[in-house]
Amino acid sequence: MKLDRRILSGAGTAYKSMAVTIAIGAADGIAVVFQAWTISRVVSAAFLEGAGLAQIQSKLILLLLLSLLRLALSTLREVAAQRAANHVKSDIRNRLVSRLLALGPAYTSAERSGELTNTIQEGVEALDAHIRQYLPQLALAAIVPLAIFLFILPVDLLSAFVLLLTAPLIPIFMVLIGDAAEAQTRRQWSVLSAMSANLLDAIQGLPTLKVLGRSRAMIAEIVNISERFRHSTMRVLRVAFLSAFVLEMIATISTAVVAVEIGLRLLYGRIIFEQAFFVLLLAPEFYLPLRLLGIRFHSGMSGVAAAQRIFDILDQPTPAAEIDQPGDHKRLEFHEAIEFRDVRLAYDDGKRIALDGVTFTIPRGKIVGVVGPTGGGKSTLAQILLRFAKPGSGEILIDGIPLKDIDADAWRRLLSWVPQRPYIFNTSAAKNIRFARPQARFAEIEAAAERAGAHSFLRSLPQGYDTILGEGSSRLSGGEAQRIAIARAFLKESPIIILDEATAHLDVETETEVLNCLRDLLSGRTALIIAHRLRTVANADEILVLARGQIIERGTHEELLQLDGLYAEMIAAGEAS
Amino acid sequence: MRSTTRRLIELAIPFTGRIALSMLLGALTVSAGIGLLSTSAYLIARAALHPSIAELQVAIVGVRFFGIARGVFRYLERLQTHNTAFRLLARLRMWFYEQLEPLAPARLLSQRSGDLLSRIVADIETLQHFFLRVITPPGVAVAMVFAVTIFISRFDFWLSMQLLFFLVIVGLAIPLLTNRLARPSGEREVELRSDLNAALVDGVQGNADILAFGQGPSHLNLVSNLTIGIASTRERSAWVAGLSIGLVGFTTNLAVIATLLRAIPLVQFGILEGYLLAVVVIATIASFEAVAPLPDAFQHLENSLTAAGRLFEIVDASPAVVEPESPKPLPESTHIHASKLTFRYANTLPTALCEIDFDIAPGRILAVIGPSGSGKSSIAHLLLRFWDYSNGQILLGGIDLRSLRLEELRSLYSVISQDTYLFHGSIRDNLLCARPDAGDVEIFAALEQAQLLGFVHTLPQVLDTPIGERGLMLSGGERQRLSITRALLRDAPIWIADEPTANLDPLTEHEIMRSLKGLMRQRTSLLLTHRLIELEDVDEILVLHEGRIVERGDHNSLLKARGLYCRMWSHQRQADGMEITRTNPREH
Repeated sequence: MKLDRRILSGAGTAYKSMAVTIAIGAADGIAVVFQAWTISRVVSAAFLEGAGLAQIQSKLILLLLLSLLRLALSTLREVAAQRAANHVKSDIRNRLVSRLLALGPAYTSAERSGELTNTIQEGVEALDAHIRQYLPQLALAAIVPLAIFLFILPVDLLSAFVLLLTAPLIPIFMVLIGDAAEAQTRRQWSVLSAMSANLLDAIQGLPTLKVLGRSRAMIAEIVNISERFRHSTMRVLRVAFLSAFVLEMIATISTAVVAVEIGLRLLYGRIIFEQAFFVLLLAPEFYLPLRLLGIRFHSGMSGVAAAQRIFDILDQPTPAAEIDQPGDHKRLEFHEAIEFRDVRLAYDDGKRIALDGVTFTIPRGKIVGVVGPTGGGKSTLAQILLRFAKPGSGEILIDGIPLKDIDADAWRRLLSWVPQRPYIFNTSAAKNIRFARPQARFAEIEAAAERAGAHSFLRSLPQGYDTILGEGSSRLSGGEAQRIAIARAFLKESPIIILDEATAHLDVETETEVLNCLRDLLSGRTALIIAHRLRTVANADEILVLARGQIIERGTHEELLQLDGLYAEMIAAGEAS
Repeated sequence: MRSTTRRLIELAIPFTGRIALSMLLGALTVSAGIGLLSTSAYLIARAALHPSIAELQVAIVGVRFFGIARGVFRYLERLQTHNTAFRLLARLRMWFYEQLEPLAPARLLSQRSGDLLSRIVADIETLQHFFLRVITPPGVAVAMVFAVTIFISRFDFWLSMQLLFFLVIVGLAIPLLTNRLARPSGEREVELRSDLNAALVDGVQGNADILAFGQGPSHLNLVSNLTIGIASTRERSAWVAGLSIGLVGFTTNLAVIATLLRAIPLVQFGILEGYLLAVVVIATIASFEAVAPLPDAFQHLENSLTAAGRLFEIVDASPAVVEPESPKPLPESTHIHASKLTFRYANTLPTALCEIDFDIAPGRILAVIGPSGSGKSSIAHLLLRFWDYSNGQILLGGIDLRSLRLEELRSLYSVISQDTYLFHGSIRDNLLCARPDAGDVEIFAALEQAQLLGFVHTLPQVLDTPIGERGLMLSGGERQRLSITRALLRDAPIWIADEPTANLDPLTEHEIMRSLKGLMRQRTSLLLTHRLIELEDVDEILVLHEGRIVERGDHNSLLKARGLYCRMWSHQRQADGMEITRTNPREH
């Protein structure tokens, strides 16, 4: 119930559509009563009073009109229910996507993208049946039987009594069995999600699996998972069907009981046929909403399970990184320096130290390079500047103002980021670059691509710049994807550049070209360059050597050589080739 | 080409028995329902004429019997139907992956894997409905319509024909009409959902990039628009769905009216017993339960065929490589010899390799160097037979590559590539991939050789530490070393290293290359790289440029030749070495 309120609360208009749906359902219930009355009147007249068509034709016309009314009501009811579902789904999907953006890559890279996508797509879709069918049915299962009961009461007290006694049994059993089913349904939902993620893994990794000779073995794994899914779902369904079974039994046995007691009383003249037939016609209609509820209960539960997962995501605490913190300062300009003061950061609750007291300054217009052995903490610096990670202690100051006080959006507008593994979107090459500055004209995109050394290969693609690029970097080589990322940076023309292993995938010749281009880009701008290729940062104004989270050496290239420490050693290793 | 429906049904053939049982149970359920109401009507109608109670006994028992039978049959029917559907589902998934497996990676490049996933999971889920709600209901409906018509015809033939008419309208006419009306919005919705899924994958996997470039709002906008689009097509569909449901009820009522119109004069003129009027009217109403699910069934049929169509489309792609008709056994030696090798990935793409010759004897290392995009990786792809070359020949131990069984061939290789896929799971899981029976001792030994052991020991759960999706929580260098560890564990006679030292710093680069070479020494090895380090003792170096070999020889002779290799090598020395000048960045 609580969950339902949360589901509906987001979309206020959903309440209205839901109310309309329920009202229509109730109206239909009453129409059914009149229909039953009309039919019982007609049959009784023909059966016991010898009436012919002429006498009952007005009733037949009434019947026809009622039928038309019910046709209209049924149609409208579906539409209203769908509207309610649409509102809720749209609202929740938007909230989920916003949430994922707010949670940032720290969350999304730890979770499985297949599972996340599945939740947003299919999980939200599961809410459709829940809202469209289950929720209105909850209300109607109370309203319609009550209405029918009230109509039967003056007609036949005993039958009404039987109905009244049996009706509450249904929700009671439903709740009892429902609780048991709920935990299982939730487990089933997570099995389904795990299954999607597993399948995505298997498919994306097919080439690797083939090389390892394990691709056929995966078949057994998939069968395994499908079987587990079948077992767990059947377990849930057995219970869900049990509840439907009980409801069904209560309905049919009660109908049988009513029929028999009416029959017997009819025999002894205590009730007239017309009334008896009226009750008999209505008995199934009395139980129908309750049975429908039982049937839809199952889809209701999967909706709830999905909702649970959805709210898990929505309720995730915003990470300490304050990725999209509005911030007080909406600075749009950067004048002096970026300063890191005694910054420390550890992952996994302090077990993996990434940065251990790092202090340095990037003055405006200067280029600072960071080198060091793998895992020394270099990428973490970029993550912090991008506000994907927050230091455990220490400060980052921008022109003396703490980074965390600055509006995240405004800050990022000042940055261009060229990551290790740039993401290529499922869209055209041009759009992939335009991504950096959506208002850019095509000429500017071409120019940026040219400067990044990407123009020639883009032009040679089947549809040139309009070619749709594959997901991830599956269609582009590592080097080509990097060049797209660099083109993005060229297009954005921001004052600050963060290059994370920017030329790692490029061969020496292309690297030279790109570095030349980068030199153009970097001139007059402020940059943090993180690299393994010492050449990439050789011309930096300052080079920091980061090892095990600490800056062990710093200075210009010449100064570091003279120190004859780790930097010099790394240079010598390069020399030896 | 067999039709989609036929192929789907073929998939279900092993389950014919179970499906037939479902139908039987379904028919029994409906019969019990009709029986319950008809017998009740009979009971009270006869009772109205005040017979002796003995005459009503049968009816009373009948009512009770039907009351219980109905519930029981219903329960059994649902269990049976769902169980069968899930078995079918499992079989479908397995079948699909099995069909998909030989097609990778060549035929899959054009699919978006987010789209592919959506297809598989959603489409196969949809097909569950095919088996649950499309095959069984018509079977039940036909049986019941038949039974009811016969039942009513015993009272009056024309009455039964009327009823048959209305039943057919609900069972056939309404579904066909609804189907036609719903098609356009249904198709549109499918398109939009596919687009939405791709956008969602972007939002999750490209999360960092979107945020870094401040494109959050526009991404949100995109998703929002797609959702609105889907909502409006859904609403259009709801009109049709509502109409369909309404028409079923409406037709039922028309049938009742028609029954009354026909039966009442019959009663009046004494042709039909009065008390049977009630029975006939209620039986009419109750019989529609048999056909009521059919409009839905048609809708599911549509969806299923569309989903199945998509699955078959993927699966029908002919694989890029095929098993040899008469496979030869694996050769003794792993001597690789390629002559006049020519290859392009697709007819629309430029040639990747043009008339390449090379030879790798066992125990020798061949290095192929060249800028990225020069075609190096395609050599690996051809050796692994992910693609087949268009011209030329590759011989392995004197046997044509194409006459070896694919899986056997691939078991000869250990591959280290620049973009290895790391699976969700622990480090151990990712390593056991390479050798399922590896014990911890072997794993640790391999890790040490790959220089990852120290790192692994710092992890909280050591080997059991989970890796985030696609190994993203590891740094680039760590992923690379894990890939190397895999290759070490696999321990195959031919090693292919495709950019093995990408993402590594110079010190580690040298260390890894040295140990790699040590390992490669004992095997037949191919090194593909653009990093010219530690190549002095490599047996032969090929310089590849735009798909052609422009130079070949060992390191020293290539240097003496003062050609492309020499230039690349000195560039690189400059890059990594001491001769960097700051004042003239453009000097060559």
